[in-house]
Amino acid sequence: MSDKVEKDEITGTDTTGHEWDGIKELDNPMPRWWLWTMYASIVWAIGYWIVMPAWPLVTSYTSGFIGYSSRGSLEQELAEASQAHAADRATLLTMEFSAVKNNDQVYQFAIRGGKSAFAVNCSQCHGSGAQGSPGFPNLNDDDWLWGGNLDAIYETIKYGIRSDHDDTRIGDMPAFLTDELLTKEQINDVAEYVLSLSEERKDMAAVDRGLEVYMENCASCHGDKAKGNRDFGAPNLTDAIWFYGKDKDIILRTISRGRANVMPAWTGRLDDTTIRQLALYVHSLGGGE
Amino acid sequence: MVDSSVENIDVRPVNKKENRALFAKREKIQPKKARGNFRRLKWIIMGITLAIYYITPWIRWDRGESGPDQAVLVDFARERFYFFFIELWPQEVYYITGLLILAAISLFLVTSLFGRAWCGYSCPQTVWTDLFIFVERMVEGDRNARLRLDKEPMSISKLSKRVLKHSIWLVIGVLTGGAWVFYFADAPTLLRELLTFEAPVIAYSSVAVLTATTYVFGGLMREQVCTYMCPWPRIQGAMVDEDSLTVTYHEARGEPRGPHKKGDPWTDRGHCIDCNQCVAVCPMGIDIRDGQQLECITCALCIDACDDVMDKIDLPRGLISYDTYAGQFDSDPDRKLNIRFIRPRTIAYGLILALVGAVMVFTLFNRSVLDVNVIRDRNPLFVTLSDGSIRNGYTVKILNKIHETRQFLIEVKGVKGAQAWIESGPPLGLPILVTVPADALSSYKLFVSAPSESLQDKSSDIDIVVADFESGETDVRTTSFKGPER
Repeated sequence: MSDKVEKDEITGTDTTGHEWDGIKELDNPMPRWWLWTMYASIVWAIGYWIVMPAWPLVTSYTSGFIGYSSRGSLEQELAEASQAHAADRATLLTMEFSAVKNNDQVYQFAIRGGKSAFAVNCSQCHGSGAQGSPGFPNLNDDDWLWGGNLDAIYETIKYGIRSDHDDTRIGDMPAFLTDELLTKEQINDVAEYVLSLSEERKDMAAVDRGLEVYMENCASCHGDKAKGNRDFGAPNLTDAIWFYGKDKDIILRTISRGRANVMPAWTGRLDDTTIRQLALYVHSLGGGE
Repeated sequence: MVDSSVENIDVRPVNKKENRALFAKREKIQPKKARGNFRRLKWIIMGITLAIYYITPWIRWDRGESGPDQAVLVDFARERFYFFFIELWPQEVYYITGLLILAAISLFLVTSLFGRAWCGYSCPQTVWTDLFIFVERMVEGDRNARLRLDKEPMSISKLSKRVLKHSIWLVIGVLTGGAWVFYFADAPTLLRELLTFEAPVIAYSSVAVLTATTYVFGGLMREQVCTYMCPWPRIQGAMVDEDSLTVTYHEARGEPRGPHKKGDPWTDRGHCIDCNQCVAVCPMGIDIRDGQQLECITCALCIDACDDVMDKIDLPRGLISYDTYAGQFDSDPDRKLNIRFIRPRTIAYGLILALVGAVMVFTLFNRSVLDVNVIRDRNPLFVTLSDGSIRNGYTVKILNKIHETRQFLIEVKGVKGAQAWIESGPPLGLPILVTVPADALSSYKLFVSAPSESLQDKSSDIDIVVADFESGETDVRTTSFKGPER
């Protein structure tokens, strides 16, 4: 590589003096339009510093003349969006649930709002499709522990189940083995009986013994016919839906140790509009009564 | 003495074929006015194309209560494209693809037959540049006057001419941009809004941008757009063959060229008297006598100029004429122009054109005015109900593409004992009757439940049948009904 600047005969331009394998680089100026674009960018940048937030300082930053910030802009947009639905929100708060269904505008607003609120607040336990999992009810089906009409769903969401709210509803499944209320054999018998309600069992003697145990210990909540009782959140034991699963082991565990799952109270965390939206959304999933 | 009836112009072609550097500083081309058949044809085509452009948005078309009454309208807000009797929904955008294919193939066909006829006559760049040059000529005079004016020092008269020219150009630009936005909104309403400053910002900014592009492309850049910005001159090289029409200088007849005295014999010399008229009228700044080159848009103004000269010196017309490359070296002045219309290339283009056109027309006239989309719920895939039956959820979207409210019956077939209902209402008997407003899409949440015993597999086929209550027009969507593993 030589550093000799020479004049190129054909173009009349100086070379840069750089040469690689006999190829020399001409020292042509940059294209004017390119150069002017760069100057314009510099001028633009200076203007940008003055007008927009630009330079970081020790504890803050230069905020610029027009005082723009992306966070402020987001807040403004959210406020605008909220304002745009102010009327729907007000209607939803005052309207009877049954009437909302006939008001398409408000109903659609509620369902959409409910869907996104569900994804943020409820899907962690109930699943993104509200399909539930053992211990967390499936909200799509027609089996409701505490009632499946709009008012009941609303109350459940608002005050929760076994939550720390004063108006919460409580139903206890006692721990029959741990608290020594029943023996292991009795628990086995009653599990056989519960299973016999929905399928054939081989050990009919155990089923018969289980029926007696059931009538003494379980029927007060689950009912004489084991159809459940919504006042206590006692599940229907005759249907095809099993809260924790249909295995005998699981049923034995439930009777032996009891169950006390918690649904939090959402009042105080979510505003009443959102709770109403959630109630309408859950109700619309297919099992609403 | 040089032939006195023909002015010999001292003009150097700006885009001379030889001796072009990779970067050339722009020189302004001042085309001289041409007179003749092709110039007349260009005026007519300019009139027609500009009329189509400006008048189309104002044509009314009755679509009843639920549609706009504008014949051609791209309605972004309502997501529709209206073209007279055709109304397209966004999902039918493939018709636009079809139109683009038709346009492209038509261009190929025309190019292979007639060369760059599009460039020379109907390209908006050509039409508007022609219009701008016309304005320039009206204000500043023809070529010689303009060249003089350019050299003059600034004066009140020069300044006023310049201001007037640019003002008219800007007005044309505003009108061009102004007409464009009428394709996207109700024209009379938008015009009123534009004039009373109540139109949306996007309308004003569209007008502003199109004013700027029209002014810059038509007034200032002109031939540079064709030469440097447009890809078409490059592509056309693949479309043109030795049988395509191009503007051709008949070298065999014209050379050797040279000045000619009146009365001198025409023996031992060519018919070109080197008057440079063809160069002076060229808006692209080329010398057609150098042969075909990229810049030539085949506007044929050099043909007009040369024919004029040939008339004056009593030689047959057509020293420069539309001819094929094959005919370029034929020196017989009485030679008949022979275009081979039927060639493998034109047959291929013609067939593709006919095929795409036929498919378009067929699908357009058999286009369904009912469209159904079914999306099955994936989360959860299915729900077990308390009686042990299985429920699936579907979103059924019904598109009513006519301007009347219609009622549809939704039925479910293929799964034994299936019950269906909408939203969270109680199970009702099938079929379900729904009402879809005119020219609208309605979406329904459909629940289908079936006894567990009637499902053979974890997935069964199920038909969702949507039928027009009155006409009986039916659309069936087959989807699946999921259940637990068996």
